Amino acid sequence: MKKILGIFSLLVAICAVTAILNPNFLSAYNLQNTLRWTSLFGIISIGAAFVIITGGIDLSIGSVVGLIGCLMPYLLMHHEWGVGTALLAVGLISISIGLVHGLLITKLKLWPFVVTLCGLLIYRGIARWLTDDQTMTFGNDHPGIRQVAIGKFLALPGPFWIMLATGLLAAFVLNRTIWGRYLFALGRNEKAALYSGIRTDRMIILSYVVCSFLAGLGGVLFALDVNSVAPAMHGNFYELYAIAAAVLGGCSLRGGEGSILGVIIGAAVMRVLYNSINLLQIPTQLEFAIIGIVILLGVIADELVKRIVTARRGG
Amino acid sequence: MRSSPGGTPVLEARAISKSFPGVRALDDVSLALMPGEILAVCGENGAGKSTLMNCLSGIQQPDSGEIILDGEPVAIRSTREAMDLGIALIHQELNLADNLDASANIFLGREPHRHGLIDRRRIQSEATSMLEIVGADFGSEQLVATLRVGEQQLVEIAKALSLDARILIMDEPTSSLSDHEASRLFDVMRDLTGKGVSIVYISHRLGEIEQIADRVMVMRDGRNSGELPTEEIAHKSIVQLMVGRDITPTTTRPCHATEEVALEALGLVVPEHPDIPLNFRVRRGEILGIAGLVGAGRSELMRVLFGLQPALAGNLRLSGSEVSIGHPRDAIDAGMALVPEDRKMQGLFLEMAIHENISMASLHRRARSGLVDDRSEAKLAQKMIDKLAIATTGSAQIAQLLSGGNQQKVVLARWLALQPRYLLLDEPTRGVDVGARQEIYELIVRLAASGVAVLFASSEMEELLRLSDRVLILHDGRIAGELAREDLSEEAIMQIATGGQR
Repeated sequence: MKKILGIFSLLVAICAVTAILNPNFLSAYNLQNTLRWTSLFGIISIGAAFVIITGGIDLSIGSVVGLIGCLMPYLLMHHEWGVGTALLAVGLISISIGLVHGLLITKLKLWPFVVTLCGLLIYRGIARWLTDDQTMTFGNDHPGIRQVAIGKFLALPGPFWIMLATGLLAAFVLNRTIWGRYLFALGRNEKAALYSGIRTDRMIILSYVVCSFLAGLGGVLFALDVNSVAPAMHGNFYELYAIAAAVLGGCSLRGGEGSILGVIIGAAVMRVLYNSINLLQIPTQLEFAIIGIVILLGVIADELVKRIVTARRGG
Repeated sequence: MRSSPGGTPVLEARAISKSFPGVRALDDVSLALMPGEILAVCGENGAGKSTLMNCLSGIQQPDSGEIILDGEPVAIRSTREAMDLGIALIHQELNLADNLDASANIFLGREPHRHGLIDRRRIQSEATSMLEIVGADFGSEQLVATLRVGEQQLVEIAKALSLDARILIMDEPTSSLSDHEASRLFDVMRDLTGKGVSIVYISHRLGEIEQIADRVMVMRDGRNSGELPTEEIAHKSIVQLMVGRDITPTTTRPCHATEEVALEALGLVVPEHPDIPLNFRVRRGEILGIAGLVGAGRSELMRVLFGLQPALAGNLRLSGSEVSIGHPRDAIDAGMALVPEDRKMQGLFLEMAIHENISMASLHRRARSGLVDDRSEAKLAQKMIDKLAIATTGSAQIAQLLSGGNQQKVVLARWLALQPRYLLLDEPTRGVDVGARQEIYELIVRLAASGVAVLFASSEMEELLRLSDRVLILHDGRIAGELAREDLSEEAIMQIATGGQR
């Protein structure tokens, strides 16, 4: 809870500073936009959080976003599949990707870093080859599903509601069910979890499936939103945004820690920061540097607080 | 062998006090170490032993009091300074780089070099002579990861000696050694004191203290509780000073074993010893001890029984019916429980709450359609805290903050919550203080009395003698012998465990 308070104060501070320096920040258009993108990144960050809580990592998120983002318009426009069939197909592909990651990591005992790094390269390559590196678009077709990403419901962007539903479900699973408890437990001490009769392999596989599935969902939504998917670019670096949001939101890369609310606030910090860089006319070339510095400061502050607490306890 | 050392102490602590928020860890504690002496420091967990040693070795600074070395008051502000003064602390948990060989560890951080290049030859030769002094029978080029715990300890000691340590502080050096390895370590310690090294030795194993110590200092609740000179060192008198009450051994407890066979291994083959089929049975209500030196295959057997690694061949029968166990969950579902050997690595979720630790293995049974039942979890935790007398501020406290004995009780509680019919325990009281140990023994006996079949592996003689209705002795992976309760004695077990004839 304390962790969430910290990251939440950071979010409020960035919003306040930006709003004071450029009142346009508070314009309805800008807020809607920021909320929509926060939601999109929030969805893939929730997936990253599942993996990070088990002590793993998924570097392939951005490439899955890219591959699925290309596949959606590719299947709909080039092969004229129905929307339902296409969604089913990309859903199954996303789940299979997670399943393969999980199996390689648990059964062959490969490092998550290596497995998903290879995934990052492979899915990007497949996306570019499949589309012949041509930019994919829905054109003006399929306004129905495009409304999900760009439209509004109850005055708020569609993706916000999808993120809300995903977040509530994820928080429920993590905090209320035995499987959530198992995920945290194996992130803390995998061996002790195994000794306690937890089927740790299944839980780890499950976390990678959730992560890839949400990356796939994000991929569809991002594609519907931008309507112009460049296979070589779409989703680049998104895994790093997702991991950064999870870490900012209180997930420990050592595993066993994290909260969904924190992760969503973490994603918001990233987006608002990006937004303020634009609004405050800071050279956009500095974007990565600024985001990097803010995350670093956040993590340092967190570590210092932890040390003070330990010292008080009399370690 | 044991001389009464006279003269002035080489190291003295006078009226040391040290407080942490909420705890007075040391209250006016004094200690004097004579040259060439082995001084044993005893006390229950939390009595202040470790804090005192930390003060002597520069890890912590006392709030008040003096440390006097060779008659001169000194301030020891870091382990580095302690080293420079010739004081070395050998930790319970070893601090070696296991990817390096023994010689590299001995010279870690101060490698002799020429023109910026490490002088390997000199390292090797000096390390070899150091290892000789401590009686190691392995080479200096042996990778630490491939050494057994007892051997790694010798590397630590060699390292301390190569730093010209005159005072060795050893914190439970034998806690993960077999009796055989421990007695080798004692030979080394005696040898060192003969060469003028003084040793402070912390242990929970009172039998060892009787064997090795020249003098015993007992602590209780952060204070000096008493001292025993060589001729008065006896198990019972140490325990009395430690706990301030008389613990009566339960040597006359009744045997609760029935005729009914509960657990039966038929030709079970563990992967570490692929040619040796194991056959044994445990009856309902029986407490079967498994003895053997480190490496004899005790833990491996436990791991196979509990589905942590597959048996190469053979069958397991529980209450007459064959079971196939490929995962701990299968074992749990079949009514088994395993209290593992290494509490921190295999048992606890240190940063998680006590109630979460206790409920972990039985969570799925208490859940309703996959939901954690908070109320039943809280009730279980409170019941176990009361039943096992776990000293805690509440079930939400994290496990890390408990003492070793209470942590072990939390692990036990997790398994008892399953109400197992077959209870496996691997070193059930390792690193547990005398008081809690007694409680754990009583608990195990009560469980057996209620019909649980108990199989426990232990490297502590006293425990085996005290608890077992029957003892199987493993040697090099095979069952080398079996002793009934009436035939049990330390000599008889050691005879078989070391490969001798019955």
